[in-house]
Amino acid sequence: MDLRVTLAGLSLKNPVMTASGTFGYGQEFTPYGDLRTLGGIVVKGLSLKPRAGNPMPRVAETPSGMLNAIGLQNCGVEIFLKDKLPFLPWRETPILANLYACDPDEFAELASVLAAEEGVAGLEVNISCPNVKEGGVLFGQDPAQAARVTEAVKKRAGNKPVIVKLSPNVADIVGIAKAVEAAGADIISLINTLTGMAVDVRTRKPRLANVVGGLSGPAIKPVALRCVWQVSRAVSVPVIGMGGIASAMDVLEFILAGAHAVQVGTANFLRPDFSFRLVEQLPTVAREMGVTDLESFRGSLKTA
Amino acid sequence: MPIPYNRCKDVTVLSLTPHGPEGRENGLWLLELENPGLAKARPGQFAMLRPASWGFDPLWARPLSICRALPDRLVFNFLVAGRGTSALTRLTPGDKVTLWGPLGHGFAVEPGVRTLMLAGGIGIAPFVEYAAVHPTPGQLSLLFGHRPPLSCYPYEDLAQTVGAESFQDRSAEDIPRFVELLEKRMAEHAGALALACGPTPFLRSVKAAAEKYGVRCQISLENRMACGVGACLGCVAETPDGERVQTCTRGPVFWSNEITL
Repeated sequence: MDLRVTLAGLSLKNPVMTASGTFGYGQEFTPYGDLRTLGGIVVKGLSLKPRAGNPMPRVAETPSGMLNAIGLQNCGVEIFLKDKLPFLPWRETPILANLYACDPDEFAELASVLAAEEGVAGLEVNISCPNVKEGGVLFGQDPAQAARVTEAVKKRAGNKPVIVKLSPNVADIVGIAKAVEAAGADIISLINTLTGMAVDVRTRKPRLANVVGGLSGPAIKPVALRCVWQVSRAVSVPVIGMGGIASAMDVLEFILAGAHAVQVGTANFLRPDFSFRLVEQLPTVAREMGVTDLESFRGSLKTA
Repeated sequence: MPIPYNRCKDVTVLSLTPHGPEGRENGLWLLELENPGLAKARPGQFAMLRPASWGFDPLWARPLSICRALPDRLVFNFLVAGRGTSALTRLTPGDKVTLWGPLGHGFAVEPGVRTLMLAGGIGIAPFVEYAAVHPTPGQLSLLFGHRPPLSCYPYEDLAQTVGAESFQDRSAEDIPRFVELLEKRMAEHAGALALACGPTPFLRSVKAAAEKYGVRCQISLENRMACGVGACLGCVAETPDGERVQTCTRGPVFWSNEITL
């Protein structure tokens, strides 16, 4: 079965990508599978300078999910380009850089550095991280700010597609989606984590040092599906769906709801060969479900 | 064509028993799994274990120190510390567990060098393998601090091969006496090697004593982790210059001056 997908000039051999922050810089997973079999790899969010992230504890397990408040710890764009990117099979599999910055100017600077790299196939703009004090989700909660960041990145992205990653922590996700589309986003990806918290009655302490964090995993899948459904109907740019995907059937569910492609996130932590196995299983499950081509299946949800 | 990748392995539970007559009430268990080919595990390394029956709850695998890597089986000693380890005690022989490993860096093995093993509670687990594979076990000695009875731990196995002493702290008031003993043993190992595994307050005492008496010292950290392969960044330890490094891939064994506690 032909699983190839093209979205905004980005050619994927299958619709399964790995989500930023759940797949390191790719190299961590090489003992567990062939990176070239993946539809795409979105690397850990990058900033201009290295970031140490938040204090510990930063992760907490919750029913069918987890909270994290990593705080965008990353090696910085310079080390990424020098030490991490050359290792990745970017000629065979699109590598997407996920960008984080504190203001539109910094986003623009980061975009121009990354867009100039042959090995970077596209830019995913993170305006939805709930775990940083400046920027992050604040950009993603206001249509005007989201549009400003999108424009700033788009101007410096050359011919590389710009993906804007949306937060579900908003009253009207369609409004934000339309604003970033109008500002030049080539693709919209959604959803980032839902803000949440967990506490320990015995110690009287929060389970995360940051008190609040982002909820991910199968627990959020219904929210993600709803967002993909609403947004994909309201915009004309392609949508990448994510949020709790943990099986080949889940991939089909997101495509049925309107996604062109998907990203697997927290499930990569369940077992490090998760995404590789999912790619292997997808054709069989699709066939069992009577899906013959993804193009006609996409968004074909029957809603009487 | 065989897959050239070290995929996660689905292995069979061979046995699961409380360790000793008082193991159950103290939450100390002995788990034996089929060995999927981890013969090259170095002492101090760990594996991630996720019973097939878990579904999405608990979500994460659990990291357990490898106590013995034998050709026909892997042996783990673990302490029930929360939901995941509690769920592990419900495994029965024949059940399947998804496992990946060996992971991380193990302890330094320096043949001919006097080596002091410092274990606190379940932190004794990696030293069983360490003593079993060390080329000059005559150079090894063990100081073991514990609260539950000695029979809950694989202490006797170790005491047969190395000079071993144990100290049971029955209450918090006993801890200063244990630290005193620890300092005494450290002083005797000035210039030699010390290795430690146990609760963080214990590791703090070890680190301080190692610095005070000039002992080269490695400590094995235990942190909550989701993936075990360096991606989730949930298990980081902090270096003296403020960098945060993954316990799973940069550790779990660190030189004591590489991290702050």
